[in-house]
Amino acid sequence: MSCDCNDKKVKLIGDNKTGFQTGNTEHTWDLQKLADSHKVLAEYKYELRPVHKGFAGRTLYIDLTSLQIKEIPVTEDMKKKFTGGRGFGLKMLWDTIKPETRWDSPENGLVLTAGPMAGSTQYPGFGKSLALSVSPSTDIICDSNAGGYFAPFMKFAGFDAVQIHGKATEDVVVLIDGEDGAVRIETAPFDETNSHMVAEQLTHYYAMEDTDRARQLVAVVAAGTGAENSFWGCLNISFYDIRRRVTRLKQHGRGGLGTVLRDKKIKAVVARTKPFDALTNNPVDPDKMADVSTRYHQEIRDLDKDQCNMRTVGTGHLVEIMDAYDLLPTENYRFGSHPKAFNLYSPHFYKLWTQVIPDGCWVGCTMACAKAVDGYTVMTGPYKGQKVTVDGPEYETLGCAANMSIWDPLWVLEFNFYCDTYGLDTISAGTAMAFYMEMYEYGILNKERCDGLELCFGNADAMMELLHKIAAGDKSEFMTAASRGARRMKDWLKTKNWGDAQLIEDTGMESKGLEYSEYVTKESLAMQGGYGLTLKGPQHDEAWLIFMDMVNNQIPTFADKAEALHYFPMWRTWFGLNGLCKLPWNDVEPTDNAQTDEPAKVPKHVQNYVDLQNAITGWNVDKEELILQSERCYNWQRAMAAWLGRGRRKDDWIPYRSMGPVTVLEYVSHQERYDKELVEKLGLDAKKVECMKVEDKIKVMYDYRQSQYQKLADAVYYRRGWTPNGVPTPQKMKSLGFGDETKMLAMLQQKIDEDDAAGLNVWVGEYADDEQPPSTDLKYWEKW
Amino acid sequence: MATVKLIRFSADKCTGCKECETACSGVHFKNDQGGEFSAIRIESTDSGFKMTNCNMCGLCIDMCPTQAIKRLPNGTVIRNKSMCVGCLSCVGFCPQGVFRKAPGESVPFKCIACGKCVKACPSGALELVEVELSEVEAVVYHKQGVC
Repeated sequence: MSCDCNDKKVKLIGDNKTGFQTGNTEHTWDLQKLADSHKVLAEYKYELRPVHKGFAGRTLYIDLTSLQIKEIPVTEDMKKKFTGGRGFGLKMLWDTIKPETRWDSPENGLVLTAGPMAGSTQYPGFGKSLALSVSPSTDIICDSNAGGYFAPFMKFAGFDAVQIHGKATEDVVVLIDGEDGAVRIETAPFDETNSHMVAEQLTHYYAMEDTDRARQLVAVVAAGTGAENSFWGCLNISFYDIRRRVTRLKQHGRGGLGTVLRDKKIKAVVARTKPFDALTNNPVDPDKMADVSTRYHQEIRDLDKDQCNMRTVGTGHLVEIMDAYDLLPTENYRFGSHPKAFNLYSPHFYKLWTQVIPDGCWVGCTMACAKAVDGYTVMTGPYKGQKVTVDGPEYETLGCAANMSIWDPLWVLEFNFYCDTYGLDTISAGTAMAFYMEMYEYGILNKERCDGLELCFGNADAMMELLHKIAAGDKSEFMTAASRGARRMKDWLKTKNWGDAQLIEDTGMESKGLEYSEYVTKESLAMQGGYGLTLKGPQHDEAWLIFMDMVNNQIPTFADKAEALHYFPMWRTWFGLNGLCKLPWNDVEPTDNAQTDEPAKVPKHVQNYVDLQNAITGWNVDKEELILQSERCYNWQRAMAAWLGRGRRKDDWIPYRSMGPVTVLEYVSHQERYDKELVEKLGLDAKKVECMKVEDKIKVMYDYRQSQYQKLADAVYYRRGWTPNGVPTPQKMKSLGFGDETKMLAMLQQKIDEDDAAGLNVWVGEYADDEQPPSTDLKYWEKW
Repeated sequence: MATVKLIRFSADKCTGCKECETACSGVHFKNDQGGEFSAIRIESTDSGFKMTNCNMCGLCIDMCPTQAIKRLPNGTVIRNKSMCVGCLSCVGFCPQGVFRKAPGESVPFKCIACGKCVKACPSGALELVEVELSEVEAVVYHKQGVC
């Protein structure tokens, strides 16, 4: 074994009595037993060589069925068309899966990528990995980003990305070893499965020596028993926190990628690297990197405490802001604020988060938003009574708690801890359970139908019990439906004929099969598009337009909104192509940002990224080229969705709860606002509105807002150069440089012809006499 | 009583010859270029010469993600080159602006209170003094990095 140095039992956590003490429960791992049980099923030796201008220059292909391991060179054409990171992942899947491939098909690939800028140590947020696979929730490609050290270490070890296909016949660990240039598939019969355990265990197991420094050179990708038994599986990416002496976890949360990992019987993917520094990513112009980075560190130093306070409370600061602006989802998005929400405001967590800066999830990130609670005593489940470090909670997890009416910070930590270690996405689990709770309130679900769980809003015990049952593999009819998320629960409830089917459809907050993340979008049409007109599903990482649209009214027309729904998704996509975190872009803004031409774009920071990509790769790009890089990959991913049988207008449907008030209670809670809209926007007579029944007003508003959404979709598809049914056109793909991708172009033409034959290539919005659809020519792109 | 050695500057004695910078760059980079290669810097201002150099406050200790920066038992704050990953957190966050990165180097550097600049100064403008640590030490979370 490569870790002969660990030839004894190792006692962990708190064993070093100097420095910060977490107070966590100590574990003793028998690493010799682990070493004895790890049988090498396959090994591939490769030449260690330095990263060149941000690229390792090759990707890694692993097939767990055939035990084949090989390297694939990264060509200049690949870089030109797909940039890196998520773009590479898309191309790697396109080349290896089929239109019929689903999440559990053997040929489905799980791809972990590092972009060309990932692994630079100087500018904050340069350590992200992008993971991709066919999602169990959506049946299309889901991409998800995470911090932690895996992506940089994978690249330093020699690979820009790894794609894992096939299925192992027994539990395995995949090791990418940058110490001696080897990739190994090892059996892992006695390794832990749940993330907080296996990440710690394998960090110590694979560290070259029994030192904190050596442990800082190991990164683990893992999921857990929850991921095995649900569609909510997340991938945890570890990093060893040298101050806490704890293996911390960051998550590829969305889309069930952890479910794919466990379906392939992978307990962990591990990357080990030699010591690294600022030059390991081998930038062309390191001094430029240093200049830009130092200036930005200084901005954080001087401005963060008066702006978002990320260094102290992380994204948790958003709870009080969202509550104040009626955007914090409570009781399954029925409302945007709550009288008890103050219990989850960041000052309550400030007392819990250990302030052991730096809290960056990659070295050099002085934004340091990766907060953690140490010595938390677990209250339920298999780890009850143990003291652990909880990574977070971040805003989204807090929003999930609000959505379930859980107002006790300790229960939020409990939910957060178990979701992470079971390998469950807090967002999907929280949003889905909030939906189940609303169904319970209406009697559509009840105690009997929920296997004895009283799943009402605010019942933290029941919420946790549901998670424990999922992780334990409970396969009852209810648990099977519940563990597969809101979409499958809707289908199950409708099959059972247990309630109003329309109410069920309107209130389950999912689109494409993926649960919503935690913002109320009812009053922002642009943000509805920001959730619905997306690649993977309703996730705010493409666009966050609520303030631009609703608060500041900066994008009043459909064309304005469509432009925003072009630019921001492209811009935010760019971070994933390069292995970067988005937060440093706009969670600190220069003091003169408001005086710039386009404050929402934070132009000075955009220029930083232009300079940094050039400094690393040696390319000579400008800010327009950055958008073009994204546009290529964005369109490719949408085209792949069409290829996989989705990616059309019907798939961009969103539940009405995200557009407007579904129930009388919701309407009445904001009656003045809604009545005013009926008069001012729909042109109803004010006196008539006064006399209307609330149910009738809801119906009128329902039709109006649905129509508005379709008009928005028309405008956005047109701006993106797609057909009226939402398919990227061959002409668009050619304009992006894909003229020689004949298989892709032919596939798209076939999809468009099928839509034509079905009469689907038409604008769907209802336009008044004084309004125009985006174009009178439905095949406007053919003239390009 | 814990103490720490610092470089103290007497502006009225400084002639701006920058022999101190030359000596400093010799210590850190084995060259005589001074300037960007020197931890200590002398600049001319309207009110006379001004020195910028580390005051050993130790705030940088907390900024380092790899614990490459420590305060030695003698009080001096030092950077361990082999542990440094060149993230420049210390450079960006130093309140004095005296944690520096030289051109072409991958890791930053700072004054180690070696006193070479004091010896090199022909006019006696610099001296190595010992002060109580409590006078200069900045707030350090959980006293991390203390040997």
